[in-house]
Amino acid sequence: MLFEARKIGKTFTRKNGQTIEALTDITLSLAEGSLTALVGPDASGKTTFLRLVAGLLTPSSGSLCFAGRPYAGQCPEVLSAIGYMPQKFGLYEDLTVQENLDLYADLKEVPHALRPARYTRLLELCAMAPFTQRLAGRLSGGMKQKLGLICTLIAPPSLLLLDEPTVGVDPLSRRELWEIIAQLRAESAMTVLVSTSYMDEAEACDDILLLFHGKTLAHGKPQAIAKLAQGQSFLLQPPLDVRPRDLQAWLWGQSGIIDAVPQAGNVRVVAKNTHLPVLAKAKALPPRLEDSFMLLLQKDQDASPSTQTRFSPRPPARDTPAPVIVTEHVTRKFGNFLAVNDVSFSVLPGEVFGLLGPNGAGKTTTFRMLCGLLPASGGSLSVAGIDVRKTPDEARRHIGYVAQKFSLYGQLSVRENLAFFAGAYGLHGQKRQERMAQMIEDFELAGWLEVAAQDLPGGLQRSLAMAVGLLHEPSILFLDEPTSGADPLSRRIFWKRIAELSDQGVTVVVTTHFMEEAEYCDHILIQDSGIRLALGSPAEIRAQAQNLQAHVTSMEEAFIAIVQHARHTSPS
Amino acid sequence: MMLNPRMLALIRKEFRQMLRDRSTLTLGIILPMTLLLIFGFGLSLDVKNVPVALVLDEPSPVTRDLLQTLARSAYFSPSLATSWQEAEELIIGGHCQAVVRCQSNARNGSLHFQILVNGRDANTARIMGSYLEGALQRFALQRGTPASFQSSRSAPSFGQADLATRIWYNDAMESRYFLVPGVIVLIMTLIGSLLTALIVAREWERGTWEALTATPVAKYEILAGKTIPYFFLGMLGLFLCLAAAALIFDIPRRGSLFLIILDSAIYLLACLGLGLYISAVTKSQFLASQIVIVISFMPTIMLSGFIFDLKSAPLIAQYLACLFPATWYVELMQTLFLAGNVPELIITDSAMLVLFAVFLLACACTKMQKSLE
Repeated sequence: MLFEARKIGKTFTRKNGQTIEALTDITLSLAEGSLTALVGPDASGKTTFLRLVAGLLTPSSGSLCFAGRPYAGQCPEVLSAIGYMPQKFGLYEDLTVQENLDLYADLKEVPHALRPARYTRLLELCAMAPFTQRLAGRLSGGMKQKLGLICTLIAPPSLLLLDEPTVGVDPLSRRELWEIIAQLRAESAMTVLVSTSYMDEAEACDDILLLFHGKTLAHGKPQAIAKLAQGQSFLLQPPLDVRPRDLQAWLWGQSGIIDAVPQAGNVRVVAKNTHLPVLAKAKALPPRLEDSFMLLLQKDQDASPSTQTRFSPRPPARDTPAPVIVTEHVTRKFGNFLAVNDVSFSVLPGEVFGLLGPNGAGKTTTFRMLCGLLPASGGSLSVAGIDVRKTPDEARRHIGYVAQKFSLYGQLSVRENLAFFAGAYGLHGQKRQERMAQMIEDFELAGWLEVAAQDLPGGLQRSLAMAVGLLHEPSILFLDEPTSGADPLSRRIFWKRIAELSDQGVTVVVTTHFMEEAEYCDHILIQDSGIRLALGSPAEIRAQAQNLQAHVTSMEEAFIAIVQHARHTSPS
Repeated sequence: MMLNPRMLALIRKEFRQMLRDRSTLTLGIILPMTLLLIFGFGLSLDVKNVPVALVLDEPSPVTRDLLQTLARSAYFSPSLATSWQEAEELIIGGHCQAVVRCQSNARNGSLHFQILVNGRDANTARIMGSYLEGALQRFALQRGTPASFQSSRSAPSFGQADLATRIWYNDAMESRYFLVPGVIVLIMTLIGSLLTALIVAREWERGTWEALTATPVAKYEILAGKTIPYFFLGMLGLFLCLAAAALIFDIPRRGSLFLIILDSAIYLLACLGLGLYISAVTKSQFLASQIVIVISFMPTIMLSGFIFDLKSAPLIAQYLACLFPATWYVELMQTLFLAGNVPELIITDSAMLVLFAVFLLACACTKMQKSLE
């Protein structure tokens, strides 16, 4: 075994003397050349474990052993054999790509004679050779992450540690990153330990350690873990005229149902009770890792029993209402750079509208223009019947905006954040109390009111951000990558909320890097380099992609096919 | 401590970041130069060209002479007022700072002076009053007539004692002679503490610290990598200041240039240690800069004797001042510039600076923790 962790425990002491058990009794061994995934919900101890392995923290109990040699904390021999990429990549943004590489090569004492060959190989692997003179801060998200990876790999490590390397990265870059890792593993016997919230990534690993509240929930080969849900996975076809997401939303609240997700026009269900009447006509499916993950997480929790036992889909609207968002030929320039190029689309009231695209496709720019935060260079935009280019303040009254990065006041408590933003939106008196109470109830924040926002677990930070965006009862909600870095369970809860909002008539516009989440949307716009590539319902998008590549089934494959096709046909 | 490739890589990195970050260069070079010019040219504690109103009750050759005498002096710029009332209005309106009324006794030709000084700024008022008295005294002596004074402040009784005043170290009483060495202290503090307070915290905030600590670099290598580039920036600032002091402001330098540079280098190291220590402890750029301003920058201005002489401060303030390296450095610089090489003083002050530098750099080194606990 290259690395062994035996009965590792780690406790932290807060300033108020309270101790937190971050990890309890974790045992893991990594065989030479193996690829292991650390999986678990937010705050389950993944990062803490990786930091312990990297020697940045010392374990409170248990032992770590690298190549037969016990160690704890900083140990130069171990450090020089380990490559660790933290969540923030650790790049110096004011240095160029080449200077970052040189710095890490010096720090890791790579002999000068070996450097040219190593640089060439790594730059070629991630197709970054033309950008060596560019400042790291000017790279797109996907390129930064690849540069972070090759800086970590500059001295070939025998153990590579990656902390959620694919958070906030589009499917194309994500695929490229895994290809780089696969190629390097084929060349040398590199051992890899990676934490991730993508189940498909974990599924491709040799071994999985599933953490929950700092404890081992499951450990083994992905196939073995997936088998835990054997016989419990089904595919359900929605009746005619019923949107898959309506069926999904209903199913997810039912007792006896562990999980339900829309999947290519149908609904995938994991059931605890396989004799439910709804499943009578369902098709049995081979289990996948995500099914077991949801099963294991909810083993001890009873799904809240739903009062509504019969599925009664919403009657389809008889006449088509007027769209609430209309954009025509919208363009935005930054200097000579066209961030958004002649994009037109419209969104109907109560719709869930997905904006998809690789990093740097102009999604955030489009968002900011729609919210009146950034003036458009050309074209017309109207939101809730108001011309955003003429009266952005008027339009903003109808809009709730939740930014990509956590943008609340970290030092204020949950209650203070809500109270402040309620005031900022002009709510006062009775109305303010009512709305705050409503948000606290809807987002289950009651137990956290006095906690500073920065100390909340990641999932609750996202809830709070959304609660703040909804305080003034906007008719349109904009969400920029709301589920980045979130685990499957919190993402289910998030989408259930979106479904409820949509039922109440709120229009939701959302960006995401989880392509299967696009299945929740009524319409999707795919954008790349500021240009509209595709617009339609999930089924239409899949059909469009199947015309390009026949084997496409999932939304992720459809997305990649459409973007790659566009990139090949217009080389720019 | 050997310069190894890892350390060189860190130094090179820090230099590059310094050169690319415009705020560092602004804070490190442009701001100090502006401060130096403001303190050297703009701010002056000297009493010069004070507007004085001369009240002429009856025009006479004596008063005309007096007007010319005052006008020739560098300290006053006199104007005429025809009545006491008019002069009072001038002083209330802020058009003049002092009023002089001169009456000559027709019988024995003796002169009677009345002086009124605007006491808003007590220090300046005192200086103005005595300058005026001196000037009028000389005027009366030259004419060989006895003079009597009536002053709005406590009237000094002029007996027969003959005063011979000499001012040492700063003969011309030019405030910039002691202000400019003080500004050099201020600038060294600015570059040494404020800039470095940001740089470790910045790495924590940007997440690069975690990646850095996961490499085999040693604590002292990080410390050296941060200290050396900013030491050079600080010394560059010092040479610019010294050049400006000699070439622009004509500040006399009576002590050894070598000692000035050596002691500045030691003081700079103490400042760097302090800045890095605060940065490593707070891990936040905002907090670090606030703390530096309170515990390093403000004492340098108020407590070090840079503007206000410590000898006249309350005892407790004098003891408190001893805790700040700036106090020792200010004394050293003012001595080396204005007095010369005074061995006892230089040895004590330099020894204190060395102690501070060693202590603060050691503190910084222990806090350059290579762990995230």
